[in-house]
Amino acid sequence: MAITRDDVLHVAALAQLELSEPEIARLTVELNDILAAVGKVSELDLSDVPPTSHPLSVVNVFRPDVPRPSLLLEDAFANAPERDGDLFRVPPTGAAEESLP
Amino acid sequence: MIDTLRLTAEDAKGLLDRGEVSGSELRAAYREAIDARNEELNCFLTLVDSDDNDGVPIALKDVISTKGVRTTAGSKILGDYVPVFDSTVADRCKAAGLQLLGKTNTDEFAMGSSTENSAYGPSRNPWDPTRVPGGSGGGSAAAVSAGLAPWALGSDTGGSIKQPSALCGNVGLRPTYGTVSRYGIVAFASSLDQVGPVTRNVRDNALLYGIISGRDDCDSTTVEVPPVELPEAEDLKGLRVGVPKELNEAEGISSGVREAVRRAIDLCAELGAEIGECALPRSVEYGLPCYYLIAPAEASSNLARYDGVRFGLRVPADNYYEMVARTRDAGFGDEPKRRIMLGTYALSAGYYEAYYGQAQKVRTVIAREFAAAFERFDVLVSPTSPTVAFKIGEKAESPLAMYLTDVLTIPPNMAGLPGLSIPCGLSEGLPVGLQLIGAQFAENTLFRAGHALERAIGFDTVPERLR
Repeated sequence: MAITRDDVLHVAALAQLELSEPEIARLTVELNDILAAVGKVSELDLSDVPPTSHPLSVVNVFRPDVPRPSLLLEDAFANAPERDGDLFRVPPTGAAEESLP
Repeated sequence: MIDTLRLTAEDAKGLLDRGEVSGSELRAAYREAIDARNEELNCFLTLVDSDDNDGVPIALKDVISTKGVRTTAGSKILGDYVPVFDSTVADRCKAAGLQLLGKTNTDEFAMGSSTENSAYGPSRNPWDPTRVPGGSGGGSAAAVSAGLAPWALGSDTGGSIKQPSALCGNVGLRPTYGTVSRYGIVAFASSLDQVGPVTRNVRDNALLYGIISGRDDCDSTTVEVPPVELPEAEDLKGLRVGVPKELNEAEGISSGVREAVRRAIDLCAELGAEIGECALPRSVEYGLPCYYLIAPAEASSNLARYDGVRFGLRVPADNYYEMVARTRDAGFGDEPKRRIMLGTYALSAGYYEAYYGQAQKVRTVIAREFAAAFERFDVLVSPTSPTVAFKIGEKAESPLAMYLTDVLTIPPNMAGLPGLSIPCGLSEGLPVGLQLIGAQFAENTLFRAGHALERAIGFDTVPERLR
C-alpha cells in the first residue's frame, strides 16, 4: 500500500500542518518506508485477541465532586500569544472555509 | 572539597543532615561542575540560580513542568513557555526539600534516542563527547554521569530513561505504568509515558522513586504503590532470573554488549540466583512495529494542543486555520512532524483497524507473553541497548535505524512493566547497560537484584576521561 503525495497532503490537512515542498517530498518517502516496517503487525491473525488500550486494569476512577480552586485567570493567560480581555484572541475563522480539512 | 563525580545523593543527604556541608555549598559545587563541563556536554537547557529549598540538588528533564521555570520539551514551539503550575513530580521533589539545579536537554517532545532531535542541539556523552548520550533523556543521563547533578528525573515512553542511562553508565528506572504521576508532564504517548529516576547507584534510585511515586488525584491513571524497600542484601538467593532468548539474541546486539551481559548473568548465578531460559516469541519481533504505531498515534492526538491559541509559539496569519498550520510547521521539528503524520495516518478512516487497532491487539499478545514468563521468573534480564553509545550523526539520517535502538526496551514498556538499567561493564571503552525487567509493581525486586549485582560488578560510574 504505497503512500502518494496526495495522501501526504490529505494527512497533513488532517493534522493541521502546512508542510513545505521539500518536506512533502521527504515525508512521502519516509512514510512509505516506516509503514512498510510497522505494517508487519498485520502478519498476525489476531481476530480472537482483545485490544489493550491501557496496561493496567483500572476503570472508572472518580474523585469527589466538590469545588476546589482552579487556575487563576491571570495565570491562564500568562503564556497566551494574544489576549482580548478575558478571551484568547485568534485571527478570523470565517474567511477560509475552504482550508478546512 | 565535594567530589560531584562520586558523591551519591544519599551521601549528600548525610553530609547535609550532619551539618558538614550547607545546601548552598552543595549547590555551588554542582554549579562549578556545570560551569566547567556543560558548555561541552550541553546537558542543561535552563539553569536555575536559586531555590527556596536547600536540600540535595536535582536536575529535571525539560518535559517536566516547573512553575516559573521555562519548560521547552526540547521544542521551539515551547521556546518561551513558562509553566504557571508545578508538575506533581516537581512538587514532590520540592516537598522532599530537593533544590532544582536546572532543566535538562531532551529530544523534541521526548521523541528520539540520541538527543539529536532537540531544537537546542544535541547533548554529548561524557565518556566520549563525539558520541550521543542516548535519548530522549540524554541531558539528564549525561548530567548525572559527568557530575553535574547527583541525580535527575527523566521520562520514558519507549526507552528514554533506560537507554540513555545505559549509554552513560547510570542507573535508570522506568517504573511500572501508573506508579508515578504524569500531571504536568508534556505528554507524548499517554498509554506509555512514565517518569522515573536517573541516578549513580541503585539505592539512590530507590530513594528518588520513593519520593516521586504513589497515587495522585491529578492523574487518574495512578495507583497506590507498595512501600519502597531500600536494598541491603548482597546476594540473590532464591531469586529466579529468566533469560528471554529473543531479547538476548536479537539482531544487531554487538558482541561486546552480549559478552558483558553474559558475564552479568553468570554473576547472578554466583550470587545465588536460579537462572533459566525463556521465550518471548512475538514480543520482540512485533514490539517495535507495535510501538511505532501506538506511540505516534497517541502523539498525534496529544500534540494537537499546540495550535498557537492558548500558549506557545504563534505564527501570525490572516485567518485562524492558516495561523494554526503555519505555527505547527514552524514550531515542530522533523521528528514530531514525522510522528504526527504517521500517527494521523494510522488513526485515519480506512486505516484505523489495520494499523492502530491491530497494534492494540499485538499489545495484548506482548502482555500475555510477559505474564507467562513471570509465572516462572521474578526478574528477566537482557541488554538495555543493542550497542554502546554511537557517534553523533551516525543514525541521524535514517529514522528507522534510530528507531531500532529501542528494540530491547520497548517490549516490556508495551506491557506496562518496570525496567531498571544498571551498568554491567565496558565495551570499546564505553558503558554497557543491563536491563532488569520486573512484573508490574515489582520495583523492590528490581532494586534488590540491581543493588546486589551492582556491588558484585563494581562498575566505576565516573567516565574514564574525567577521573
